[in-house]
Amino acid sequence: MSEEFKVEIVNPEKSFFSSENVTEVIVPAFEGEMGILKDHISIISFLKPGIIKIFSKNVEEKFYVDDGIVEFKDNNLSVLTSSIFNLKDFDKSVIDKNLSDAEKSLENPDLDDQKKFLIEQKIESLRSISTS
Amino acid sequence: MPSLDDLKKRITSVKSTQKITKAMKMVATAKLRKAQENAEKGRPYSERMNNIILNLSGGVSDKENSSKLLVGTGKDDTHLCVVLTADRGLCGGFNTNIIKKAKSHFEDLKKQGKNLKIITVGMKGYDQLKRNYSNQIIEKITFKESKNINYFDADKVGKIVLEKFEKEEFDVCHIFYNQFKNVMTQIPQKQQIIPLQKEENADTPEKDNLNYEFEPDEDEILNNLLPKNISTQIFKAMLENSASEQGSRMTAMDNATRNAGELVDKLSIEYNRSRQAAITKELIEIISGAESL
Repeated sequence: MSEEFKVEIVNPEKSFFSSENVTEVIVPAFEGEMGILKDHISIISFLKPGIIKIFSKNVEEKFYVDDGIVEFKDNNLSVLTSSIFNLKDFDKSVIDKNLSDAEKSLENPDLDDQKKFLIEQKIESLRSISTS
Repeated sequence: MPSLDDLKKRITSVKSTQKITKAMKMVATAKLRKAQENAEKGRPYSERMNNIILNLSGGVSDKENSSKLLVGTGKDDTHLCVVLTADRGLCGGFNTNIIKKAKSHFEDLKKQGKNLKIITVGMKGYDQLKRNYSNQIIEKITFKESKNINYFDADKVGKIVLEKFEKEEFDVCHIFYNQFKNVMTQIPQKQQIIPLQKEENADTPEKDNLNYEFEPDEDEILNNLLPKNISTQIFKAMLENSASEQGSRMTAMDNATRNAGELVDKLSIEYNRSRQAAITKELIEIISGAESL
């Protein structure tokens, strides 16, 4: 019995990534990182900025997302997101630009708590990428 | 009767027009393929988004407190219309069809005594609407600079709409665009995006959402999702629009090329006839001159 399921990442422009045989996916859900294995219960959640890790038998793929929705149903995982980058071609200068943009937007005084939290998360994960 | 020289000039000018329309047709054909591809690639996103929202909104427990984007403000006084058109002309009835549809909607609203606000996206829409509705146009947006349609642009429009909604500047929002059916036919569409209209033929049964686990909970996800859906819907409309624009332009330019060809034929016949007539006339003059000697 295989432990594999299907994952698809869609952004508004195209189907960004799709794979038939992944064994585990870790998504940065709003309330904390969430690992999904085969036969997980159907779930809908939304994402905070962070890294999606996709494990299949011998490869591991990492993507950075800003926001998005994740839906898991009948061993189909779909991630809808408007901003996604493959970590492999995530350029250092792009990271830095995103980082400084995020820091700037944090200075805006009329942010509500949730937005503030999201931006802080963004900064944190961007930093961890740029140092690694 | 135009002189031979005039006819010659006209023939050359029609021929060069024909060259232009032919080139435009070929450019449109090439762009159409790309636009169509993009529209198809973009579909899964908006479809899934729609599905999730349908699943969620079925399960919303507390209708009173749920997002205004879903249930509306409770009023129906001010309507916002986002009219999406092309930035360029020469594409047949493409822009006119959207404007026509939008105008008939505007007139309906006027009759019902509602307030009207308009946002135009694309130059042509603004040009055509500013004569009659210049007071109602509150914003004009154009993406002439960006070569391809990207989500970033759509998001900008979406944010403007949301911002105005939060300030309670309007109650209901419609978008107008052309849906791409095939190269020959594009159907002007009116779509309500605020409050979200549930499609009647929703084929996801209600009990479906019982199987879902939500994290954090339905309402929160929905509140997070609905603003995104606005941008998504606008993006979808923009994609459909760009495919329609190219398709429409292709057909229009094809017709223009054919008409120019017909015109060239007709002018050439006329040119040859009058040339022959001039020769005959000269001959008659020479012959009759020789006879009189």
